[in-house]
Amino acid sequence: MTKDEIKRMIIEQILEVAPDISVDEITPDGSLQRSLEIDSFDFLKILTAMHEKTGVEVPESDYAKVATLESMTGYFAAHL
Amino acid sequence: MNKKWIEKSINKFPVEPNLINYAHVYKEFRWEGVADEFEGVPAGGLNIAHEAIDRHANGALAEKTALLWLGQNGERKTYSFAQMKKETAKFANVLKTLGISKGERVFTLSPRIPQLYISVIGVLKNQSVLCPLFSQFGPEPILQRMLRGDAKVLLTTKALFEKKVVPILEKLPELHYILLFDTETHESEKVLSFSRLMEEASDTFEIPYTDPEDMSILHFTSGTTGMPKGVVHVHKAVYTHWMSGKYVLDFHPNDNYWCTADPGWVTGTSYGIITPWIHGMTNIVDESEFDAARWYKILQDEKVTVWYTAPTAIRRLMRIDSEPTKEYDLSHLRLIQSVGEPLNPEAVLWGKEKLGLPIHDNWWQTETGGIMIANLISQTIRPGSMGRTLPGIEAGIVHQNEDGTITEVNEPNKEGELALKVGFPSLFRGYLHTEEKYKSCFVGEWYISGDLAYKDEDGYYWFVGRADDIIKTSGHMVGPFEVESALMEHPAVAEAGVIGKPDEMIGQLVKAFVTLKSGYTPSNALMHELIGFGRKKLGVAVAPKEIEFQQNLPKTRSGKIMRRVLKAREMGLPEGDTSTLED
Repeated sequence: MTKDEIKRMIIEQILEVAPDISVDEITPDGSLQRSLEIDSFDFLKILTAMHEKTGVEVPESDYAKVATLESMTGYFAAHL
Repeated sequence: MNKKWIEKSINKFPVEPNLINYAHVYKEFRWEGVADEFEGVPAGGLNIAHEAIDRHANGALAEKTALLWLGQNGERKTYSFAQMKKETAKFANVLKTLGISKGERVFTLSPRIPQLYISVIGVLKNQSVLCPLFSQFGPEPILQRMLRGDAKVLLTTKALFEKKVVPILEKLPELHYILLFDTETHESEKVLSFSRLMEEASDTFEIPYTDPEDMSILHFTSGTTGMPKGVVHVHKAVYTHWMSGKYVLDFHPNDNYWCTADPGWVTGTSYGIITPWIHGMTNIVDESEFDAARWYKILQDEKVTVWYTAPTAIRRLMRIDSEPTKEYDLSHLRLIQSVGEPLNPEAVLWGKEKLGLPIHDNWWQTETGGIMIANLISQTIRPGSMGRTLPGIEAGIVHQNEDGTITEVNEPNKEGELALKVGFPSLFRGYLHTEEKYKSCFVGEWYISGDLAYKDEDGYYWFVGRADDIIKTSGHMVGPFEVESALMEHPAVAEAGVIGKPDEMIGQLVKAFVTLKSGYTPSNALMHELIGFGRKKLGVAVAPKEIEFQQNLPKTRSGKIMRRVLKAREMGLPEGDTSTLED
């Protein structure tokens, strides 16, 4: 899977929990939780869906490493 | 002795707890005695701001750190009591200059930044009334609360203002000023820069005579059949804050205290601002949201001794397979308290095993203003129980009779409604503008809490559930009516019934069942549209997380949606008495 494909997949999951967000609101380095008003419950849902799709599970202790679109993409790319 | 109970050995504590003999302290405690703990306003009366900041600034604690603020980008700022006195005086002068007077409501909608904490005390100094909003509310909950609270001033940030307040601004003609925390210049006569106003303000302010019964804080709480109600609190509530700070949080002079609650909710004001400062504590505030590694690091680096947090956060820490005491130096920590929703017994025990300290659950509500029932540092914990009543508090389990009277249930372990005897200082003084609703909470000398519980033979209380349909999600109350009303504004929605669906992590999640108007059919796309619609209107803290389409909703013959039946169906439980269900 390429980085672009991972990124698209993450965006898809973000829109699944927060359909009110438009794609251009999702900046590469903005904190997903803070800038998009995704609470921890929804954030967990995104990671669970990503786990199902990629087989990569992000442990709670690594959540700080997947806080932005860019870092989350990098994390999955590195662990795939 | 039950083997699951957690016994305490007093001689193993690093400092001697303030309460050792529960029965003795409970029996001897008198509220009148608490008066001696306060200095009183020099001009007369009792004002929270003076007791929290000014009297310490005028005395031996002047240079002690009052606020230790940790910014989300790694900033670390400290304010001594002396600095806080000056900063809060400036803000009181700002309000005074703007013509905001005693009793007028000042709303806050803000992340956890120092300006917020300064403003809170400044508002109280000016004898105005603080009305905190949660920054994750959407425009609709903000509008409803500001209208009901007669908002005169709003303190917020530019981003929150533009996103959440501009869309509703024309519906708030009585809102005189919006003060933006993070702009350098005034935007208009109405939208002003907080820092600019602060620069021009004097740093001395004499608090006027304040009656202990003067309104101090208005917190909004969710209703089951109506929109949120403004819960009126007065300056005298500080008596309960002092008592619970002493006995529940067990404050000692050298404590570093961290309360993780947001001041948008009552725990964040009563225990994230007022109580630690009443006791002259160093109060730690973290701007960031939950992050396990960051939290452990704060506990370590800031040498936190007393930590007040919430079940949702504890359950997230429990998900990590780690040995926190080996990875971090948590040796300073000596007490963990938790509130927001009942703490499951596994979490209490997890604390003991992984953090080296059991977690103490406690119980109270927005209406009670402060902690009422708690597990105490020196006392045996019965995991799953909320603990015993605090000194000065009388609780009971009652049954409401059909004729409107109540009967106290004296038999142990028998379920009923948890009630509190009136007369403690922090009990709310009203629901703003809804006197009837307020009166309906009381029967004789009892305040009926709306929570179902039972009391065991030794006086420990055990939470059973809510007597009404209010949803407890991530420790916050959400009123189903507010969510249903918002959803019904969508053109496709005919009816909506909203319940709390049990969830392991956040207690309950907001779930909506909707029926559609003719011409609309259920689809995945429409479900997404409704989820997005809810988020936009209500904000992430209130919006439904799940939507399910139904042909019909269960209703009484008079047409009222039976949320109880929806919930039973969702959980696969018996539907109970359905004799009033329409055919």
